[in-house]
Amino acid sequence: MLIEVGHYALALALALSLTQMVMPVWASRTGDPVLRSITVPAALATFACIAFAFGALTYAHVTSDFSVQNVVENSHSMKPLIYKISGVWGNHEGSMLLWVLILALFGAVVALARNSVPPILRANTLGVQAAITAVFLLFILVTSNPFSRLNPAPVEGRDLNPLLQDPGLAIHPPLLYLGYVGFSISFAFAIAALIEGRIDAAWARAVRPWTLAAWCFLTVGIAMGSYWAYYELGWGGWWFWDPVENASLMPWLAGTALVHSTVVMEKRDALKVWTVLLAILTFSLSLLGTFLVRSGVLTSVHTFATDPTRGTFILGILVLFIGGSLALYAWRAPTLRQGGLFAPISREGALVMNNLFLSAACATVLVGTLYPLALESLTGEKISVGPPFFNLTFLPLAVPLLLVVPFGQTLAWKRGDLAAASQRLFIGFALALAITLLAIAVTWGGPVGAPLGIGLGAYLILGAALEIVTRARGKTVGLSLRRAAGLPRSAWGTALAHAGVGITVIGIAAQAWSVESLATIQRGGELRAGPYVAVLEGVLPRTGPNYTETVAHLTIREGGDPVGVIEPGKRFYASRNMSVSEAGLLTLGVSQVYASVGETGTDGSVGIRLYYKPLVLLIWLGAVVMALGGGLSLTDRRFRVGAPALRPAVRDTAGPVPPHSVPAE
Amino acid sequence: MRALRSILLALALLAPVAAGAVQPEEVMKDPTLERRARAISSGLRCLVCQNQSIDDSDAPLARDLRLIVRERLRQGDDDDAVLHYVVQRYGEFVLLRPVVAWHTALLWLTPVLVVGLGGLALFAASRRRKATPPRALSAAEEAAVADLVRRAESR
Repeated sequence: MLIEVGHYALALALALSLTQMVMPVWASRTGDPVLRSITVPAALATFACIAFAFGALTYAHVTSDFSVQNVVENSHSMKPLIYKISGVWGNHEGSMLLWVLILALFGAVVALARNSVPPILRANTLGVQAAITAVFLLFILVTSNPFSRLNPAPVEGRDLNPLLQDPGLAIHPPLLYLGYVGFSISFAFAIAALIEGRIDAAWARAVRPWTLAAWCFLTVGIAMGSYWAYYELGWGGWWFWDPVENASLMPWLAGTALVHSTVVMEKRDALKVWTVLLAILTFSLSLLGTFLVRSGVLTSVHTFATDPTRGTFILGILVLFIGGSLALYAWRAPTLRQGGLFAPISREGALVMNNLFLSAACATVLVGTLYPLALESLTGEKISVGPPFFNLTFLPLAVPLLLVVPFGQTLAWKRGDLAAASQRLFIGFALALAITLLAIAVTWGGPVGAPLGIGLGAYLILGAALEIVTRARGKTVGLSLRRAAGLPRSAWGTALAHAGVGITVIGIAAQAWSVESLATIQRGGELRAGPYVAVLEGVLPRTGPNYTETVAHLTIREGGDPVGVIEPGKRFYASRNMSVSEAGLLTLGVSQVYASVGETGTDGSVGIRLYYKPLVLLIWLGAVVMALGGGLSLTDRRFRVGAPALRPAVRDTAGPVPPHSVPAE
Repeated sequence: MRALRSILLALALLAPVAAGAVQPEEVMKDPTLERRARAISSGLRCLVCQNQSIDDSDAPLARDLRLIVRERLRQGDDDDAVLHYVVQRYGEFVLLRPVVAWHTALLWLTPVLVVGLGGLALFAASRRRKATPPRALSAAEEAAVADLVRRAESR
């Protein structure tokens, strides 16, 4: 019964979101503010209905209700509770339901937000958001109903894919979706502004927190996915340039550009036309990612045909929203007034450069991902575009971009002084160079790229630190500290996020020093990777809740002293007749020793793959720091208060870069 | 997203998943040759899996290809000859790094084109801006400015 009510709640949510979509349009016809205000309760009710439906499906999963097809296909009564819950979104239907749940959640938060979004803009934004929600609800109800029943109900379910029975799945998709779907708000704001024909710094201020929040979630979501792949797939890689990964990277790149261009728009009223386009493109890339992953078109052109309804439906959604929004943009954008002039050497100039290179990187990933598909359907030629291509094209775009980052922070708005900026960054340059030379000296004969990458990362971190130092420096230490504490939180957030990029760069660069070794060893046998030696103490069987496992018990020694134990294993899930390898990880500081097991011989020998991965955790820690920086910016006074700051900000007098002293409007 | 990737991966492999790709017995005795073999195989796509190189894949076909690569190296082929040998038999599809040719020109040129055209557009936009100089102050505004300056000076 609950299942049917859940299904009905989805239909109800569709009706509600259609109402929410139509009301602002009708209101602008009649000028009746009551009609417009209906969008707020409608957004809340839509969210409540979808949340109820999601709850109903979760209940079916938790109670192992095998009369529901979705539960039968993805659950098993023996499965641990956490995977019964995360299994709700570990399948197509459930993950689409999570998608609309988050979409409606964002809609509800926009409806409730107490910042000073002009009422017409808010209503129109909610209307656009409702249109997206309605179409995706329709998609679920028509092609991917998670509530369909099975009669007769089987006794046992088919279990969730063992690869997905991991805490990673519990966290990764919700975070990723919060990011993906969060950009729908920026999109809705952009469309609302185009409809209204009004776009100004107030718009930028209204949209920026949403973009930033979505960006933070997406950053952590991608990092989480990367770490999951690293320990779950068992061969120690952390990024594979897989189309599905690229599908999440593209909105991230465009979103990063958007976060930066809205700054320019908010402070200087410039780049308006571009920012609106970027907001449209970012969400379009999220939609494209959803299409690519959900339709299966990437696996091969042929799997697209195995489930044409879903693919065609999402393609329709894609055409409707991307085509529609771009058409609206082409029609309305020329009427937008261009604001604030600036010299090429200025903070705006640096942010434009940021946008140019991020867009180029994004375009490269997009073309690289879709090119094989396009080529095959046009000429029938089959080619692959894999990691070597992306590494080769991405790096030359990323390096100049990263080199500019500290300059962007240092240059003044409108017209900057490159010589003065270089002078202020000089210590940063010098220290980074010293670190690079030191790294070269210490690892003489090793890969050349790694020390350079370390130097680049150090330069980014130092640049971020210098920015705070120069802005806060006073006559005495006490004054400097007080000034540093008084800096706007967004300044700290920016510095933190940029330092996070530096941390990630160091982690990535250090992977050139990772060591891999591979051998079949007997009990008591040894295997060396870098400074660490793994000794096989024994191979034991073990039983988990819904699997049996063969575990290799390894002691890790450094110079004869034991530093830890790792137990890589191979799990066998009888319900799916599948084995999954479980990597064994030993974290030493921010470095890791990583082991996975291969074939076990009849004589007790076992194939062990051992890696030493120096500084590997920095890759993901850096991403977390980036997101924290974004989060800190979100707590900045002007977002909490929302209204444009009327009084001139006195705090910024210390620095030559006073963002607040430029009136927003 | 990752979820699906993993499903596809598992489905593609069909056979039970075993950790590790290159097995110890495949490793060549000469470390230099082995390093070259690893480098080559990480650039070759496994034909039956999703976006995995043969170096990462557990599929039997990937193993066969790894052995072929090592066999060719043992025969004294240089890296290009090995790649040529594999491409001859399995087609361009196996190359994870697409060749530079007419049919991949757009692919390789994308970054250059976007940066180039974007830069050009920016340049043109800044030129256009310069061409329309800011409006001069009206007589009334000039007077107001002069008045302000005078007041500031007299203070």
